[in-house]
Amino acid sequence: MQDISSLTIAEIRSGLAARKFSALELARAAIRFAEAENPKTNAYLTLCPEVAEAAARAVDDKLARGEDPGLLAGVPVAVKDVLSTKGVRTTCASRLLERYVPPYDATAVERLKAAGAVMIGKANCDEFAMGSSNENSAFGAVRNPVALDRVPGGSSGGSAAVVAQGTAVASLGSDTGGSIRQPASFCGVVGVTPTYGRVSRYGLVAFASSLDHVGPFARNVEDAALTLEAIAGRDELDATSAFAPVDSYRAEMKKPVSGMKIGIPKEYFEGLSPETGDKIAAALDVLRGLGCEVREVSLPHTPYAISCYYIICTAEASSNLARYDGVRYTSRAEAASLGEMYRKTRGEYFGMECKRRIMLGTYVLSHGYYDAYYLKAQKVRNLIAGDFSQAFSEVDALVAPVSPFPAFRLGEKMADPMQMYLSDIYTITGDLAGIPCMSVPCGKTREGLPVGMQILTGHFEESKMFRLAYAFEQAGGVA
Amino acid sequence: MQFSKEDVRQIAKLANLDLTETEVDKMAHDMGEVLTHMEQLASLDTDLVAPMAQVLYAAPATASLRTDEVRERTRLGTADALANAPLSGAGHFKVPRVIER
Repeated sequence: MQDISSLTIAEIRSGLAARKFSALELARAAIRFAEAENPKTNAYLTLCPEVAEAAARAVDDKLARGEDPGLLAGVPVAVKDVLSTKGVRTTCASRLLERYVPPYDATAVERLKAAGAVMIGKANCDEFAMGSSNENSAFGAVRNPVALDRVPGGSSGGSAAVVAQGTAVASLGSDTGGSIRQPASFCGVVGVTPTYGRVSRYGLVAFASSLDHVGPFARNVEDAALTLEAIAGRDELDATSAFAPVDSYRAEMKKPVSGMKIGIPKEYFEGLSPETGDKIAAALDVLRGLGCEVREVSLPHTPYAISCYYIICTAEASSNLARYDGVRYTSRAEAASLGEMYRKTRGEYFGMECKRRIMLGTYVLSHGYYDAYYLKAQKVRNLIAGDFSQAFSEVDALVAPVSPFPAFRLGEKMADPMQMYLSDIYTITGDLAGIPCMSVPCGKTREGLPVGMQILTGHFEESKMFRLAYAFEQAGGVA
Repeated sequence: MQFSKEDVRQIAKLANLDLTETEVDKMAHDMGEVLTHMEQLASLDTDLVAPMAQVLYAAPATASLRTDEVRERTRLGTADALANAPLSGAGHFKVPRVIER
């Protein structure tokens, strides 16, 4: 059995075809490895060996019968614990849903399974995906496998960590304000936020519905592209799911990048840590060497993005989290009246960050404040999206840092929520505009902390984004 | 912007959310800080800008409409629907008494 921490999807496909190992052997090795690694990082909230073995046996049976076992056959994957998994508890890293077992699969999970992927467990995250460090999990923070005293990023910190430590070959996360790209950059893996509507949100526990995206993590660009290909496409169960056909990203990403025009948004290089800036500059040299034309562009409304984002996301969160009232979802505080039951259940079971966002959202939507906050933010969102449309009329793609700094220490930013919110500055804009964006590993700092390069393209131009990422990776990236 | 403990209690009531005294203190501070940052939006002239509620919709507005019929994929029986209930009985979610007889 090969070392599974470095296996690629292509190697699994050829290994299975050549009968070097069976899907069942692979699944068991992945589970054993995950059990051994998890005490270090706390990246998994639940491991599901029985489910994994059953899925692996089904792949082996198909191979034995000579049938096509699927695009992701036998690939051990993890799923962020905000995506519903039938029969496997889905906690959203909240005490409120500690015992919640969904009766159905999210569409993205269903499609992973249909492609032959083997889910080995559910990944830790910030409670209801609210956070930038994975420290808001009710079941303990996740540690960054690259540097155990550091955060893995958030909110999909567990999904990034399991791929970085090698216990899963790929994973699913969700991104509302950077929750896929930022942890991918902190852990040194590839993380993709596709166009809004490209992947169905059905079965994704809702945080901010107009901003929520489902997307993959993997150790290389090709594996991320394959995983997205497996889960993308129209789903009638999500009314915002896009009708546009899904490209063959595997084929498209191998096309040449020479002559592509790359924009550098100047606003994304203010307040950047010097080492991160150096790595992005080195990456731009690599892209120039590949024949890309690099020029500066401006996204002038960037300074308003944090305010805009935290108004819209908290407003939507306060509405979405209203359903956790003690009636339907497992946890209930004892109370004499219905109203008291609502208030006590929510007070007892929600963590502080969820409470803060429910409060902010309730305030910005409340009578007399709606126009000044929510409506205003929706207008500013239009301006931010307009900045991108303008930029993409001049260039094919944008390249920027993912985060102003590499992974910070556990506890470092927990006392000051505003500082934590400000760290999302380069990622929230992509979500507000709904454009595809991804983080690609871009070297390490002197301390050995990974840096991520962000690539952003126009709506449904994932192929172009993967093409740049793949060419950059094949060229050796940045050390 | 100042956000008082009384403001916090008022919003918590609207949100059906019990907060401890410690949480009220912390919330007053945090909300004041975040809302102060958000005041910057007032300086942007947006009179002629349309609000953006939906990111994109390349299809006709009616594209997601369908005939009203049961879909097998979303069919959920009573037993499954109630399986996660804290308290259920006779095919219903049970809650504390709402109307006094």
